[in-house]
Amino acid sequence: MEIYKHLAVKDPDDLIFGHSPRPLTLPNGLVIGGGLVYPELNFTLPPMSISAETMPEIREQYRQIIESACARAVDLYVPGLVVEFELLPEMTRTPEWGAEITAILRDCLDRFAQRDGLKSALRVTPNDIREFERPPRMRSGGLWDDMIRSFELCAQAGADLLSIESTGGKEIHDDAILYADLPTVAYALGVLGARDMTFLWDMIVRVGLKNGAIPAGDTACGFANTAMVLAEIRHIPRVWAALIRVMSVARSLVAFERGAVGPGKDCAYEGPYIKAITGYPIAMEGAEAAVAHSSPIGNIAKATADLWSNESVQNVRLLGGAAPTVSLEQLAYAARLMNTATEAGPHTALMLRNLFVASDTTYDPQAYVLRPDVVIDLSREIIAEETAYGRVRRAALATAQCLRKAHHDGLCPLSPQEVNWLDRLSKQADTLPEAEEALIEQMKDQIDPEKIRQDQYGLT
Amino acid sequence: MTIIDELREGVIQGQANVALEKVKKALEEGYAADVILNEGLISAMSNVGQMYEDGVVFVPEMLIAARAMDKALQILRPYLVAQGVKPVGKVAIGTVKGDLHDIGKKLVAMMLEGSGFEIIDLGIDAPPEKFVDAVQNKGADVVALSALLTTTMPNMKTVVDALKQAGVRDKVRIIIGGAPVNQAYADQIGADGYAPDASSAVRKVREMLGV
Ligand code: B12
Repeated sequence: MEIYKHLAVKDPDDLIFGHSPRPLTLPNGLVIGGGLVYPELNFTLPPMSISAETMPEIREQYRQIIESACARAVDLYVPGLVVEFELLPEMTRTPEWGAEITAILRDCLDRFAQRDGLKSALRVTPNDIREFERPPRMRSGGLWDDMIRSFELCAQAGADLLSIESTGGKEIHDDAILYADLPTVAYALGVLGARDMTFLWDMIVRVGLKNGAIPAGDTACGFANTAMVLAEIRHIPRVWAALIRVMSVARSLVAFERGAVGPGKDCAYEGPYIKAITGYPIAMEGAEAAVAHSSPIGNIAKATADLWSNESVQNVRLLGGAAPTVSLEQLAYAARLMNTATEAGPHTALMLRNLFVASDTTYDPQAYVLRPDVVIDLSREIIAEETAYGRVRRAALATAQCLRKAHHDGLCPLSPQEVNWLDRLSKQADTLPEAEEALIEQMKDQIDPEKIRQDQYGLT
Repeated sequence: MTIIDELREGVIQGQANVALEKVKKALEEGYAADVILNEGLISAMSNVGQMYEDGVVFVPEMLIAARAMDKALQILRPYLVAQGVKPVGKVAIGTVKGDLHDIGKKLVAMMLEGSGFEIIDLGIDAPPEKFVDAVQNKGADVVALSALLTTTMPNMKTVVDALKQAGVRDKVRIIIGGAPVNQAYADQIGADGYAPDASSAVRKVREMLGV
């Protein structure tokens, strides 16, 4: 196990797209984080139900998606392609279905590799289906068994990279977001989430090693992206979403401490922190992920990406072709621009990166906390602590201070309501006890046993 | 300021203990339970709802106010029952089978409750039988369905069909919502209406029941 005590990237100018200090080389020679940015294409089904009866049509859907996308990738001379297959819950609950689709995608990628020399990698992301039982059992039971089997079968069916959007601690996190309850968020991420990640990722790393697949990374999607979407529709303050993002770093980091080696998952907007701390490559998404959801970080997300993704697009017909094919084209051009800048030299690359950064940071605190210099400063604070909870607490305190200063200096102006909330949240952060045990004790009377089983996290 | 004004202010500020105390005091002062409910609690929540629509507050303020109202209602409920006050309507709400998204559903339920509706929360991943049961045995006037996944949208139709099959379709109004659905989809599956967000959901349900 690796406990990160030093930053892998110390100079903000070195935190840049395409380059990571610990690039990943796949058996076929594709290098991620070694200089080039590649598109990472995601896709999903159009409105339809998933059952044994519809499986033939579903197979056909995925076959068409991947054929057409690969052909377009070749037409556009992409230097490499990553494809993510994010299962739908039914496909994890019946692991054979997910594996079948994996095999279909594998077969097509292999054909294009042989015929057209298209270098590619297949990321497969089974679902965290444990939450289908409420309160969830986190470490055993039928859903757990199916989830593990899904990882195994997909790895055997040809996945190169394994990922998950894990949800341990989420049982109490959603409400905590909506009630703007910072101590509960800190508990969910730093105490529960981190414990669950330790257990879960030890398993994923084992499955990967045994079946020849690379344990790639996790995401705070269920936590920080839920907050981001809620901020986007004005349900919660943006500063709250920004705080949760940086607080989530400590939780996502656990996957890497347990053996994940990247590339980080696309929807993990905390990725730049992961890259700065661990040095592993990351996938990011932004402007071209508008096909899936809106975000306030469309350009700045490109600044540090090693893979550039669209999050998810439904397989519907557009004038330009099937939506996934169209989406791939958008990703390919975005990546091409970044690679052209890199080719032109470090000065040009940095200039492009700085434009990506400058164009977003003043509009939203969630963009501000992705500024490379801010990422490095806050990452340094985070790893000054050794435990996940300590890191979450430090992140909350340091980020609140950083945003206050940014507002004051006019670097990220906030509305009066936002400033008011920053104060309220910052006061909550000040009350966080230094010792994890104290927080655990404090939470004991607040936890609803109908929502969460603390014993599933090794707590009594 | 009357005690009702103070109660309203307590709820708006989300101070559960204040709300509780003021309800007790209002009852002592002889206010009728329905007056306390309508002019105190519901009026406070509609105030907060308006502030939210105007962009003055966010959802947390609204939820904290709703929590205060809930506390106060616990005291008030027996008095309402004794006085024979009925809720404006009963809504059975749930996220359809296969779908675990519940944030939107929760907000819709909260706003309906704040407007005087009684809520039967069927939770997430709710099979059609639960909705049928709510209509047959629990007196739901409205069935409200939420789905966030394109792959679970079809399960809304399953619920509509199940209600038909059980012979209770005509007894209820059906409203649907969630990011991937729209009015056209509501028409297509034979639901009575659709609303894009929580406050319009309240308007729509009122309109459906003519209250
Ligand atoms: C938060 C979230 C989650 C959370 C859910 C937490 C929770 N407790 O609900 C978690 C992480 C668990 C999750 C899981 C998954 N999710 Co999700 N999730 C989201 C996200 C980011 C936000 C949803 C949300 O809460 N919005 C905020 C609320 C307030 O808005 P709302 O739900 O739309 O509700 C409002 C209105 O729609 C309306 N409304 C809602 N319900 C009703 C009902 C009635 C009757 C009425 C009148 C109105 C109404 O009023 C509400 C208030 O204004 C969306 C993205 C998006 N753009 O929606 C993806 C999204 C819905 N998820 C998606 C996916 C794919 C998944 C997963 C399959 C991911 C995976 N691979 O594991 C799983 C599925 C789990 C399952 N079986 O359901 C996709 C769906 C794509 C598709 N094919 O349909 C989306 C669109 C993300 C994306 N772009 O890819 N998700």
